[in-house]
Amino acid sequence: MKVFVCIKQVPGVAEVKIDVTTGKLIREGVPSIINPVDKHAIELALQIKEEQGAEVIALSMGPPQAEEALREALAMGVDKAYLLTDKEFAGADTLATSYTLALAIRKILQESEKNEKYLVICGLQAIDGDTAQVGPELAEELNIPQITYVQKIEFKGDKIIAESALRQDEVMVMETRLPALITVLKEINIPRFPTLIGIVDAYEKKEVVYLDTRQLNADKRKIGLTGSQTQVWKIFVPQQKGEHIKLSGSVKEMVKQLCQYLKEDKIL
Amino acid sequence: MDFSITKKQQMIRKITREFAETYIAPVAEESDKNSQLDPNVFKLIKEMNYFGICIPRKYGGAGLHNDTISFAIIVEEIGRVDASWAITVGVHCSVVAYPLYIFGTEEQKQKFLIPLATGEKLGAFALTEANAGSDAAGIETSAVLDGDEWVLNGSKIFATNGGIAKTLLVAAKTGQRGRKSIFSVFIVDTDTKGFSVGVKEDKLGVRASNTSELVFQDVRVPKENVLGGVGNGYQIVLKILDFGRILIAAQCVGLGQAALEASVKYANEREQFGRKIGKFQGIQWKIADMGCAIESARLLTYKAAYMCDHGMDYGLASSMAKLVASEAAMQATHYAVQIHGGYGLMKAYQVERFFRDAKVAEIYEGTSEIQRMVIANRLLRQTF
Repeated sequence: MKVFVCIKQVPGVAEVKIDVTTGKLIREGVPSIINPVDKHAIELALQIKEEQGAEVIALSMGPPQAEEALREALAMGVDKAYLLTDKEFAGADTLATSYTLALAIRKILQESEKNEKYLVICGLQAIDGDTAQVGPELAEELNIPQITYVQKIEFKGDKIIAESALRQDEVMVMETRLPALITVLKEINIPRFPTLIGIVDAYEKKEVVYLDTRQLNADKRKIGLTGSQTQVWKIFVPQQKGEHIKLSGSVKEMVKQLCQYLKEDKIL
Repeated sequence: MDFSITKKQQMIRKITREFAETYIAPVAEESDKNSQLDPNVFKLIKEMNYFGICIPRKYGGAGLHNDTISFAIIVEEIGRVDASWAITVGVHCSVVAYPLYIFGTEEQKQKFLIPLATGEKLGAFALTEANAGSDAAGIETSAVLDGDEWVLNGSKIFATNGGIAKTLLVAAKTGQRGRKSIFSVFIVDTDTKGFSVGVKEDKLGVRASNTSELVFQDVRVPKENVLGGVGNGYQIVLKILDFGRILIAAQCVGLGQAALEASVKYANEREQFGRKIGKFQGIQWKIADMGCAIESARLLTYKAAYMCDHGMDYGLASSMAKLVASEAAMQATHYAVQIHGGYGLMKAYQVERFFRDAKVAEIYEGTSEIQRMVIANRLLRQTF
């Protein structure tokens, strides 16, 4: 079995500042980190490897410096890492990203034994984009079932049973056959620290394989900015306008209060 | 010339910092108060392979035996949150496991080094005695050959890790040549009959680190447990101390760094006379001096480590690093308490602990005065 983990390198959010004049993120001097929930995805993959036996492969699309995030994944115990990097991948939205990731997964599967079962694990969402779309879109690209918001997973032969917290206040228990894709919540586990031996091996014994447009045989209309259905038009810090009032109590009480405020403001 | 550290070393620093902040920092104050190392942290440090930093893989270590800079970085990062853990791990690695790797026979490595490197057993180095500290020639603990065994008698004091160690390196007198004593270093298992732990010291600083008296009463040690040959103790001890000084220097760089960071944070928060105290020149000068002293110490420490890794004679560099770093830590922690004012005296603020911890570093592993003697002796013999 192969377990693919898709990770993203993001700016350490606690230290991100915004340039008030341009409204852009100041990235200089801000350390990059593995997107926090992706570490839980890596941990899950490693636990599956330890319990079931599997080859764990980490994938990331990003600039060459994202290699550092993959090295950290290798240090945690991931077996192999692939960095999807090419100038032509730049500016990709979630759709172009999932298309590119799917190409890499297919390429790796083609090179391995036929019909090997596999599981793809993604963190629920990245702290920079916050879309939570890449996982589901990647499952569609690969044409495999998906279970999102997973907080617990169990193996039963070539099936998995997953607890999903997709809806608030309820847990859905779902079963699917492999291959499948899951997106996980941070509640699923506590990620391990890379050991010293793990770090040394990540740099001396393991490698990060670079894949570009040509190696992936990518359709140029589907990657990068060209392949993106959405484009970032503007990034800005929302200005706080006026005051806001927080209502509390039972629904009845809150409705009563709300009506009173609306009347006071002559809206009703 | 290249001052940058490698990607691997950067990752080691990043992970060690995260680990230290996550698991060691939260219990540091409690450990200091109780004069006791946290057993859970012990387990985690073992899992992280920090007990085998300077030892090759084949002997159970992490394989960084040619990367003393990484060793310094790890000790520095642990020292940044807790000097007691830095010294506990550092002593084990630098003056017990590493000498066993350098001077040990293959049999000794198989038997004693592997459990040390994996962290299964903790190590201590027993040199100091009531009447012999820096003047190692005054050692009175004796070893007398009786058949196939050496019989050790005497007592050692101030042994870091002494009370919790399972494997000891013990310096003992094995002969006399004219007026000069001849020493040897013995590997002693603390389960050996006749060995006992005496007083556990209650100290000013690095309180969580175990410092104990060790008593040897007819302790019988097999002949094959002599490290580096009978009569070579003096040279071996000097080599052990050279490497150990890199450890203390690195610990002090971390400690000084912690004092600087706490001071910067406080100076940017605390307001008096309508402005942040960091706006006052009196505070700014202290911050600048702290920064310079710590950076100088860091460079000297890494240089000593670099020289060690490149097979150069690093004795002078490690003495300089130890002296400069321990005094930088003392100055930085002293300033940190001063910048914090009344709060700096309070246990609730870490700088109070940092200040006490730094004082110890000017004394152990050769006092500042001894370092100056060593450095001056070297310089006075040098041709420029």
